[in-house]
Amino acid sequence: MSRPAATLLLAGLAGVAGLTGGPAAAQSPAARSGFDLMSAALQAMQRDDTLNPGMLAVLDGRAAWTRPDGAAARSCADCHGPTPEARMRGVAARYPAWDAAGVRVVNLADRIDLCRTRHQLAPSRAEDHPQALAMAAAIAQVSRGLPMAPPDGAAMAGARAEGAQWWQRRLGQLDLACADCHDRLVGRRLGGAMIPPANAAGYPTYRLEWQSLGSLQRRLRNCMTGVRAEPFADGSPPMRALEAYLAGRDRGLAMEAPAVRP
Amino acid sequence: MAGARTIITLPPTARRGDAVEVRTLIAHPMETGHRRDGDGRLIARDILRRLRCRYDGEVVFEAELHPAIAANPLIVFHLVATASGPVSFTWEGDQGFEQTEVVTLTVT
Repeated sequence: MSRPAATLLLAGLAGVAGLTGGPAAAQSPAARSGFDLMSAALQAMQRDDTLNPGMLAVLDGRAAWTRPDGAAARSCADCHGPTPEARMRGVAARYPAWDAAGVRVVNLADRIDLCRTRHQLAPSRAEDHPQALAMAAAIAQVSRGLPMAPPDGAAMAGARAEGAQWWQRRLGQLDLACADCHDRLVGRRLGGAMIPPANAAGYPTYRLEWQSLGSLQRRLRNCMTGVRAEPFADGSPPMRALEAYLAGRDRGLAMEAPAVRP
Repeated sequence: MAGARTIITLPPTARRGDAVEVRTLIAHPMETGHRRDGDGRLIARDILRRLRCRYDGEVVFEAELHPAIAANPLIVFHLVATASGPVSFTWEGDQGFEQTEVVTLTVT
């Protein structure tokens, strides 16, 4: 494939970006981004779309946006506008949210998958399927810099309360709660690794350790196996409750997707 | 789009004689060939072996890649702007991988 001109490519990237990748919006004093704890080199990698490997997936997602899929042969663009910017700005900041039809908490990936199965009549995809991640990244990316704004309502408050309980509960052979490290030891080190504040605002995130983009659920599973607990099943109510709690904890924090983390 | 996603960044215009920075990012797993799958079988190596950049009639940059290089390799280098024209980037790799992208550089 050949590129017509570098200008076009640069213009395209600038259009995709709109805002820089670093946190900028006003934050509540409690919410703090792991971005600030990273090395200058990694911060630069996240901030600069020409260096951020997560942008490869964002471009894949944007390409899929206009591609008809499923038995309905509909594309995202057919209902949601020609680009994710049209109507998706701010959407990712409002997930996880309550799905009244399914009577459960859904995150952004679940919502995309519901749209796929209900409206495109396409097969469901796992949250960490590369194309599912690419679409989530493309949608989350247009909310960059906006404050996290998880929805209110009794159902979500209930989910957040359940998530808060899991957050404080000791798990696994190491008998550690999330809060033991990610509330009390943030900014200190576990071996060579910085203990981050556990933000939800940058997902899907490109982790150098993974060498790929991944979901918040994958990151949580990572920590659970780290304390030698049996991880919650993917998409299970406790997993979503924990995600809802983390989103609530990040209220006001600037969205960073696709973030880069070590 | 066929092949791997790439992000190539260079200034659209440059003055003759300027050194311009070229950034190339390509989606590739860079599977080392040393890892094993869940059943203990070795996962076949699948890496990029070479990046070659041609500009103004000659190869101006060439890099050999090895298994210890991260997935989605980012390679940044400089070239001296001499004439307006295409700058081509060719990645070659295992399992017959070959991809060429062309970007136009305008020299004033």
